[in-house]
Amino acid sequence: MFDAALPGRKEKSATLIGAFKNGGPVTWLSSLMMGLGNLFAGQILRGLLFLAAQVGFAVYMLTPQGGLHYLRMLPGLGEQAQGKVWNEAEGIYEYVLGDQSQLILLYGLVAVLLSVTFALIWRWSVIDGYRALAQKRAGGKADTMKAAAKRLLDSNIHTLLMTPPLAALLIFTVTPLVYMMCMAFTNYSTVGGHLVLFDWVGFENFRNILSFGSAAGREFWGVLSWTLVWACFATFLNFLLGTLLAMVINRKSTRLKGFWRGCLCVTIAVPQFVSLLAIRTMLQENGVVNMLLEQWGLIPQDTALPFFTNTTWARASVILINLWVGIPYTILQVTGILKNVPTEQYEAARLDGAGAVQQFRKITLPYMLFVMTPYLITQFTTNINNFNVIYLLTGGAPQSIENTAGSTDLLITWLYKLSVDQQKYNMAAVIGILTFLVLSVVSLVTYRSSGSYKNEEGYN
Amino acid sequence: MAKTKKKAANALAHTFLAVICIVWLLPLAWVVLHSFRQEPGPYTETFLPQNYTLDNYKVLFTDKSIMDFPRMFFNTFVVACFTCAVSTFFVLSVAYCTSRLRFKFRKPFMNLAMVVTLFPGFMSMVAVYFILKALGLTEGAMIPVALVICFSAGAGAGFYMMKGYMDTIPKALDEAAYLDGATRWQTYTRITLPLCKPMIVYQIITSFMVPWVDFVVARLITGANSKYFTVSIGLWNMLEKEYAFRWFTRFCAGAVLVSIPIAILFMYTQRFYQEAMSGSVKG
Repeated sequence: MFDAALPGRKEKSATLIGAFKNGGPVTWLSSLMMGLGNLFAGQILRGLLFLAAQVGFAVYMLTPQGGLHYLRMLPGLGEQAQGKVWNEAEGIYEYVLGDQSQLILLYGLVAVLLSVTFALIWRWSVIDGYRALAQKRAGGKADTMKAAAKRLLDSNIHTLLMTPPLAALLIFTVTPLVYMMCMAFTNYSTVGGHLVLFDWVGFENFRNILSFGSAAGREFWGVLSWTLVWACFATFLNFLLGTLLAMVINRKSTRLKGFWRGCLCVTIAVPQFVSLLAIRTMLQENGVVNMLLEQWGLIPQDTALPFFTNTTWARASVILINLWVGIPYTILQVTGILKNVPTEQYEAARLDGAGAVQQFRKITLPYMLFVMTPYLITQFTTNINNFNVIYLLTGGAPQSIENTAGSTDLLITWLYKLSVDQQKYNMAAVIGILTFLVLSVVSLVTYRSSGSYKNEEGYN
Repeated sequence: MAKTKKKAANALAHTFLAVICIVWLLPLAWVVLHSFRQEPGPYTETFLPQNYTLDNYKVLFTDKSIMDFPRMFFNTFVVACFTCAVSTFFVLSVAYCTSRLRFKFRKPFMNLAMVVTLFPGFMSMVAVYFILKALGLTEGAMIPVALVICFSAGAGAGFYMMKGYMDTIPKALDEAAYLDGATRWQTYTRITLPLCKPMIVYQIITSFMVPWVDFVVARLITGANSKYFTVSIGLWNMLEKEYAFRWFTRFCAGAVLVSIPIAILFMYTQRFYQEAMSGSVKG
C-alpha cells in the first residue's frame, strides 16, 4: 500500500497502467493469479504470500455466510423476520432465526472495506511482480525477502511504523464512524419497532430533524440553540473572568502569586467525575448548600432553591459551575501571555489619564483577543462537545416526559441519550453528522489560517 | 494619601483572592471531610461531619460483597498500563513518520486523522460496541482487552502535539546520522526518541490517566459484569439511588484515594508539558 513511491529507491515508481503496457504475458496473467510475477522472478515466498492473500479473499467471499452473501443483503438489509415456520415433514412448528439488519449492515460494510483493501493489494501485487521481473530481466537478481525486510527498518520504515496505528484507526475508529453514518440513512430505532429489521430510508431522518414542524425538529433546534448559547457563555465568560483573575494575581504588589495559582489549579488535577459529582450532591434540593442557606435564614423554610430542577436555574447553574471548571485552565494559558503585553502602551495610557478599567478595555483585552483567538476557537469547539460537565451535573435534566432531550442537554449529551438509553440510533447518527459539520467548518477555518499548517516545513 | 489607597487596594485584592480560593477548594475539601464522616447518607444536617472515623476507608477494602473496590482498582491499573503502552507506541510511531519522513501517504493520513478527531467521540461508541461484540470481546475475561482497544485504538490520530515537538528537532541531526551510515530505525531509536524524553513522559502519563477518569466508555463495555468494573464505574454506582445512603461516605473515601495519585501525576505532567512547550533543543 505504501510501496508505490518509496523515497530513496532508485527505479522510477511503476504504475498499474505502466505495468500492463510494458509487462509481458506473465504480468498480464499475474492480474488473474496474484504473485505469478514474483514466482517467475524467483521471489518464491513473496509470490506465495500474494497467492495466499488471493485464496483467502476468495474463500472469505464465497463461503455460504461470507462476504458475498452480506454484500448481496446490503441493499435490502434483510427481510426475514424471526418467527415460526410450519415444517410439513415433521409436523411441527420450527423457530427460525430471522435476519438482523444491524449485523447485515456491519458485515456488509466489513465486506466492502475488505474488498477495497483487497483491490489495493491486488494492484500492489501486479506492480510488484512486474517490477521484480524487470529487475531480473535487467540482469540483476530480484529483491530477496531479506533485502525487503532490511528496507523495512530503513527507507521503508514508515510501512513498519504506520501499519499498526493505521490499522487500529481504520478498524476501531473509521469503520464505526462509517457504520454509524450509514445508520443515519435507515430507520434503525425503537420508533416503529425497527430494532431488529430496518431499511434504508434515504434523507428522511435529516428532513425530519431539520424541519421546523416536526417534534424532532423542534427539539433539535432547541438543543442546537442552547448548545450555541452554552458554548458562547462557557468560552467567553471563562476567558473574561479568567483573564481578570489572572491580572489580579499578576499585580506587582500581589504576594504569594504561586500559591493562589496553585490553589485554583488543583481543581484541574482532580478527576471531573469526582469534583462534579460532589458539586451535584451539594446542590441538590436537600443538599448542603440549600441546608446552609436555610439555617442562615437566607431562604424561607422548605423553599429549597431549584438549582437543577428549574430550566432557567439549571442553565444558569451549569454555566456558573463551568466557570469553576474552566477558569483555572484560562489562568494557566493567560499567565504567560499577560507578561508579554507591551508595557509602553500602559505607560502611555496612564500619562493620558486612562483609568484601570479603560486600560483593560482598550489595551489588555484587544491584545489578549488577538493572541488568544485560535485558543478561543478551539475552546468553543470543545465546549460544544463538553459532555462531562452536563452529563455529570444535570444529566440533561430537567426533562419533560414527552421529550427526548432535557433542557440542559447539549447536542453531544442528547446524542448519547438517543443512542445508549433510548436506542434511536438513526436520530443519534444524524445529530452526530450535523455536529461534525458545525465543528469542521469552525476548525477548518482556524486550521487553514494557522501558521503551522501553511508553513509546515519552515521551522528548520 | 496615595499610600493608604494602595494599601487598601492591596488588602482588597488579597481578600478577593482568598475568597475565590476558598470557593474553588470548598467542594474538594467537602469531599475529603466527608470521607471521614461517621453518619451515613449523602445529605446531612450540618456542614461539618459530627463524628469522625476511618471506617469508610477500611470498609472500602474489606466489604467486598457489593462492590469490590480493590479489584476495581487492580482492573483499572492493568487496563491503564496496557493502554499506556499501546497508545504511546502508536503516537510515537505516527509522530516520527509524519514529522521526519516524507512518503506518499503522509498528507492523506494527516487529513484523515484531522477529520476523524472532528467527529464527536460518542457518536461511534455504540458502533464500536457492536464491532467488539461481533469479535467476541464483550464477554468475560476479554472485557479488559476490549477496554484497552477502546482507549488506545484512536491514539494514532492524536499525534499532533508529539509531531509538533519532533518538528523542532533540527533535521541536520538526522542527516548527520545518515551520513554516518545509520539506518532510519537507528536514527529513530537513538536520536529522535531520546530527544523527545519530556514529551514521551507527558504522553505516557496522560495516556495512563485515561482509564482512571473515563466512565462512559467503560460503563458501556462492561455492562453488568461487575467483576471487570473500573474504579470510575464503581464510584459512579456508589451514588446510584439504591446505594447512595450507605455508600456516599465510602464514595468520598474512594474518590480521595483515586484523586490523590491522579492529581500528583497531573502536576508532574505539567512540568514536562512546560518543558515540552519550550522546544527540544534549547539555543
